[in-house]
Amino acid sequence: MSSDHAEDSDAGTGANGRHEQGLDGPRPEDRERPQGRRSSQGIRIDPQAEAEHAPRRTAISALVANDPGVLATVTGLVSRRQFNIESLTVGPTTNPETSRITLVIEEPDPGIRQVETQLEKLVPVISVRELGSDAIQRELVICKVHGEEPEKVQAITEMYDGRTLDAGPRTITVEIVGDEGKIDDAIDAYRQFGIRELARTGGTALARGEEWTTDAEEERYERLVNGTRTGAETGTKTGTRTRTNGAADD
Amino acid sequence: MSERPNTTTSTAGDAEDDPAADPEAGTATETDGGTTAEAGTGTTTEAEVEAEAEAADATPTTGAEPAADPSTETDPNEEAEPSEPGERPPIETGSESIARALEGAGVEHVFGVQGGAIMPVYDGLYDSALTHVTMAHEQGAAHAADAYGQVTGTPGVCMATSGPGATNLVTGIADADMDSDPLLALTGQVPTEFVGNDAFQETDTVGVTRPITKTNYFANDSDTVGDTVGEAFALAESGRQGPTLVDLPKDVSVGETDREPAEPELPQYYEVPEEADTTAVEAAARALARAERPLILSGGGVTKGEASPELRAFATEQEIPVVTTMPGIGTFPEDHDLCLSWAGMHGTGYANMAISHTDCLLAVGTRFDDRLTGGIETFAPDAEVIHVDVDPAEISKNVHADHPLVGDAGAVLDQLAGAMDAAFDAEGSSPEAYTAWREQCQEWRGEYPMDYPTPDDTPLKPQFVVEAMCEACPEDTIVTSGVGQHQMWASQYWTFRHPRTWISSHGLGTMGYGLPSAIGAKVAAPDREVVCFDGDGSFLMTSQGLSVAVRENLDLTVVVLNNEAIGMVRQWQDAFFERRRMASEYPWLPDFAKLAEAFGAKGLTLREYDDVADTLQEAREYDGPAVVDAHIDPAENVYPMVASGGDNARFALSEDQL
Repeated sequence: MSSDHAEDSDAGTGANGRHEQGLDGPRPEDRERPQGRRSSQGIRIDPQAEAEHAPRRTAISALVANDPGVLATVTGLVSRRQFNIESLTVGPTTNPETSRITLVIEEPDPGIRQVETQLEKLVPVISVRELGSDAIQRELVICKVHGEEPEKVQAITEMYDGRTLDAGPRTITVEIVGDEGKIDDAIDAYRQFGIRELARTGGTALARGEEWTTDAEEERYERLVNGTRTGAETGTKTGTRTRTNGAADD
Repeated sequence: MSERPNTTTSTAGDAEDDPAADPEAGTATETDGGTTAEAGTGTTTEAEVEAEAEAADATPTTGAEPAADPSTETDPNEEAEPSEPGERPPIETGSESIARALEGAGVEHVFGVQGGAIMPVYDGLYDSALTHVTMAHEQGAAHAADAYGQVTGTPGVCMATSGPGATNLVTGIADADMDSDPLLALTGQVPTEFVGNDAFQETDTVGVTRPITKTNYFANDSDTVGDTVGEAFALAESGRQGPTLVDLPKDVSVGETDREPAEPELPQYYEVPEEADTTAVEAAARALARAERPLILSGGGVTKGEASPELRAFATEQEIPVVTTMPGIGTFPEDHDLCLSWAGMHGTGYANMAISHTDCLLAVGTRFDDRLTGGIETFAPDAEVIHVDVDPAEISKNVHADHPLVGDAGAVLDQLAGAMDAAFDAEGSSPEAYTAWREQCQEWRGEYPMDYPTPDDTPLKPQFVVEAMCEACPEDTIVTSGVGQHQMWASQYWTFRHPRTWISSHGLGTMGYGLPSAIGAKVAAPDREVVCFDGDGSFLMTSQGLSVAVRENLDLTVVVLNNEAIGMVRQWQDAFFERRRMASEYPWLPDFAKLAEAFGAKGLTLREYDDVADTLQEAREYDGPAVVDAHIDPAENVYPMVASGGDNARFALSEDQL
């Protein structure tokens, strides 16, 4: 650091005759390069391990405080971080101070972890969990079809355990409740009549059996029943065992 | 809402009055300084304000509040003031409750600008122990508070009125959010009954700031507004620090209450992790022990978590080389043999070589920003990554963490230190590999020196100015900067030895950050030297802050590295846009020395190598703000440089290598 460096000034002469720029050292192509690489998800590629995760669809349940703006906070997070979201539903819980937000997302595993941790970080969000593939998941569709063939419409509705909500000379409105795939199938079946309008809720879900949907609810339950530990100890185990009961719904 | 419109201070009446009053108050510029000083909210010296407050109110206002005592330390003039412990006058309004909550949280200074909807909150400060620093622009208030928070480690507080006041804070809030700086913003809001009507100076401040705050609040109750402010303060300070905001409708501030704010509490479900999982720590320790080329990456979280001593101890005990991130500058002394300075886009060649070749990276308190990593595919590609962070959401966000250690940086480093002996035994490691790696790092240091030519036939080199200033200044000098080439030169060529000495806008990259942050830093640390390196473009954005520095007689030095361009843009245009210098050259700039003099500051101009030492010395010795307009070589660019998304190991040393 002094003007004595003037003599060194030829080093680093750039292109186009621009002078005295840059620093000394081996050029990029002359340097030793590390051998490894990472995937676009930042995971070190290990020949022994799978490096890329494929997206999968899953439901995440978030218990949130009923603060004003909490929905905007959650949806803002989803849009800002570009999470790939299929649906989002909100509704009350047994506790008047909290609501449940159920998000159905399609992300690779690292993305799912990010959704969970980023949600959990939001101050009004109390507890977040990814529900297992055995979770009970339902959505509802209200479908208004052209009414020219009422018997056929009725037949489809019965096939999908639906109900007719309104029938007139020109339109028939039905509701179907079920998981996402069943609703997709029912809508496909109704297309033959011509669908005028439809409204679909998006998925809402609970963990199966005695398993709790979020940790906070389990803790609250235990507090309320004053030290009863049954939920915590048997939750996950019985959750899988009682599967047959619920599976009959499908 | 407890308040009806027709109480003593009619909210409806206020709203009608506002349009008339606000053009002056809302857009208050420095000419209003006198008015606010009369109002006693502290535009002049603290002593004067105190005296006025005393005269206005026979009851001594300073009391047993913790805030009162530290404030006397910051200003010897106040020692004469009586500070009898005793009864505080009872709270009568929401705004007094806000002031009391701030005092209770230990706040001493507030940075802000007056305006219509925030007036009642200011009125609440009148009798408080708080010192208000009137800024010339709300953006400056946010940056000053942000820097204040970085120097002190506790949230800086800024306030502004509704609408434009609040939106002017937004840049500063976003800046604090990106850099995890503790900041509490208080904004005025139109009376509750006008909210949603597009009332005069109404902006949905809570909506606007939602994505850039840890959390924000719309206060709706005079009884609890003090608690809300206390919670917001506590939240800004705890866990991963960051900005919080409380929007304060006018009726809530003027509303009657006699409730003292409660002790600040964190939200019920807010958890701050302390120690990391022991098994994970042991696994991480074994990874380090097995490694042959271990490297520590020390980030801004080490500063925020006060973990610099633990980091120093760990690195020196294990003899592992350290690179820092830019916000992590100062967490490890840059003149230490193990320190390779900072890595990333304009980091040193040796830091980038080390981070590219390490086989085990202990990353502490960093979010793996793209300016650090370059292309993710080539970032530390051989490294097993141990990631220590207090925020679980940072784990594997950008770079996969093989060993996530969620917890407080200092606590986890202590845990790791405790696990290393057993890990070395278990892995049967020998120290030779570590030694060879350290030698390799030293070799790189020799191969890629940060030496720049200083030919006599070209104008002054900016690096030379930075190094000259660094040599002249004491070790604990606080350096702030704007954003651009000057920021890179300052961080490359200043030798930082302590945390909280490098205050800059890293994540958001806010041009104009330099002067307001220097003001905040000087208010926070009046006994330390404060130097702001600024660029001509950056300085032009917030130079109105000079009026504040002059009024408050802040002894700080601004060195404008003036290359008559927003040089970083020009550098990129030259490299990537075929030298098409669209809108980047500023040959129309004012004479910054004269500008400084116009504000009442000292203005100096520097052009020659021979004058560097003397001019900088004169600026430093001037008792008050001084501006050195250093005309530097406009052809000088910042190197090393990793192209955006590029490979850190292929940093360019000159333009032809890009």
